[in-house]
Amino acid sequence: MKRSMTSRRTNLMNYATYLLVIAFFAVITVMNSSGNLSSIMKGMLVPICAYSVMAVSLNLTVGILGELSLGHAGFMSVGAFTGVTAAVALGNHVSSAPVRLLVGMVVGAIFAAIVGVLIGIPVLRLKGDYLAIVTLAFGEIIKGIFNNLYVGLDSRGFHISLLSDTTNLDPDGTLIIGGPMGLKSIPTIATFTSGIILLLITLVVVFHLVNSRTGRAVMAIRDNRIAAESIGINVTKYKLMAFTVSAALAGAAGSLFAMNYTTMVANKFDFNTSILILVFVVLGGQGNMMGSIIAASALTILPEALRSFSTYRMLVYAIVLILVMLATNNPTLKSFFSRKKKTDVPLDPDEPGDGDEGKEAV
Amino acid sequence: MDNKTKLVEARREKALVPERDYDKSPILECVNLGINFGGLKAVDDFNLTIGRTEIAGLIGPNGAGKTTVFNLLTKVYQPTTGTILLDGKDTHGMNTIQVNHAGIARTFQNIRLFNNLTVEENVKAAMDHNMSYNLFEGILRMPRYWKEEKLAHERALELLSIFHMENVAGVKAGSLPYGAQRRLEIVRALATNPSLLLLDEPAAGMNPSETAELMANIRTIRDTFQIAVLLIEHDMSLVMNICEGLCVLNFGQIIAKGTPEDIQANPAVIEAYLGKQKEA
Repeated sequence: MKRSMTSRRTNLMNYATYLLVIAFFAVITVMNSSGNLSSIMKGMLVPICAYSVMAVSLNLTVGILGELSLGHAGFMSVGAFTGVTAAVALGNHVSSAPVRLLVGMVVGAIFAAIVGVLIGIPVLRLKGDYLAIVTLAFGEIIKGIFNNLYVGLDSRGFHISLLSDTTNLDPDGTLIIGGPMGLKSIPTIATFTSGIILLLITLVVVFHLVNSRTGRAVMAIRDNRIAAESIGINVTKYKLMAFTVSAALAGAAGSLFAMNYTTMVANKFDFNTSILILVFVVLGGQGNMMGSIIAASALTILPEALRSFSTYRMLVYAIVLILVMLATNNPTLKSFFSRKKKTDVPLDPDEPGDGDEGKEAV
Repeated sequence: MDNKTKLVEARREKALVPERDYDKSPILECVNLGINFGGLKAVDDFNLTIGRTEIAGLIGPNGAGKTTVFNLLTKVYQPTTGTILLDGKDTHGMNTIQVNHAGIARTFQNIRLFNNLTVEENVKAAMDHNMSYNLFEGILRMPRYWKEEKLAHERALELLSIFHMENVAGVKAGSLPYGAQRRLEIVRALATNPSLLLLDEPAAGMNPSETAELMANIRTIRDTFQIAVLLIEHDMSLVMNICEGLCVLNFGQIIAKGTPEDIQANPAVIEAYLGKQKEA
């Protein structure tokens, strides 16, 4: 098949992204085996992978679908809590850690996808700023729910209660989710290798989606919704599809992230985390998956690397962030906002005559 | 007058339909179509019948309501009164997407391309409804993905070749020159397999030689795909040359209908465009 210049360039970029991830994995593995990896760095490997997956999946919503979501950490939270619950429940029957991790991530992805559909149906009818605010509220609601949820498991099965712990577990039972105490006694089975595999799978899913009819439809809607409707593209369906895939990937990442620690509270996945992930996307460039991964890795390492500044650590972090933003002065960001302004002008039914037109610059 | 008698009356208006389409049912029938915007009748009592393979023109001074008619046909606005029959089927209650699937495709007065997609992707996006592989087949790149994508690629190049645009297939649509963007919009509309193509000022901003080429292309499209074309245009040389039937709109109402020759001689049309001559 004859390939055009642009699609060849896109393909090259995709392969380069895969290569970057594999190279990163190889370097870390070599450093680890030669004993050159500090314990701090070792502890950050899984979060780097998890945040990279988060950034790539949010980039699908923000860069490809063109909708600003401020509640992405909510999906991470759903994935973390459901995934860990599944992994703990499986602990009595399956001893293999990778299998439990895999099941945990799949369960996390499925639940996050379900929540994504439920949230997406009402939310994706909104546009621009309104959508951003509602996703923000969604993130807070999820946090509120998990802060008040108690889930225990004993020989009689699962016990779930809200607001107060009325699970009445048998003595042999374990409380998996303990309200504001969050997840207790998480099996720390997440490994760097599994993180890299998840990241590679995420990249395959996103790149293949973008280069399919779904991706074309989603980007068509982003570029011009009215034209997309005029050629028969089902706007709601495709928006929901992209949003759900994005949520599912975030759920898997959340599950991986949680299983790197022994405990995890719902407050970890708050508004700040959502914004942090959005910063990765904006810094890396919207629609640029490689940029998202680099930004996520760099900004996850940065606060640790700045420990020597002690008290002024977060101040320096903020300054570095501002400087980087200024330096890159991302043109894709600028075009995103100018596009948002143009496409957000609604059709004015009170305007007679040739009123449909005139909003889109040539 | 009830709807049925109106329908019969509308059929009598076949004067606009070219002779070769007489024995076939019309592709489009508008009966008493109208829309009010808060008391203002933007389009009123609009009756139009278009034959299967007709090239028809909708003309009129600025603000006459021509684009509003397009927006009614494509359900960007829901009509306040009247019926639109597409291939004999009532489009009442359909939305823009369903109307496109039923067979109406359009271009826009102010170009609306997917600027960040390539020319080929713009055309392929319009074939979405005719593709059947699902999200998972796409992500896992199953055989159906390869088969349908290959077909779409070939068909896109074939359609682009009508306007000799195969060589820019990989260029971003937003970076095309103005005339090429207009042509791409037509190709994109064609890719949805319409039976009626609506062109909103296709020659706007084109020079005379480009316009002449466009005219030939519109005829080629009609002959190749055997579809009807309804176009809004201010370039009278184009309208008079290729349209077989014309409909003149002024202040939302039809003031004349007929062949280009009839229209050119019609005093009401001349008055609408040039104003009334002072009585001596």
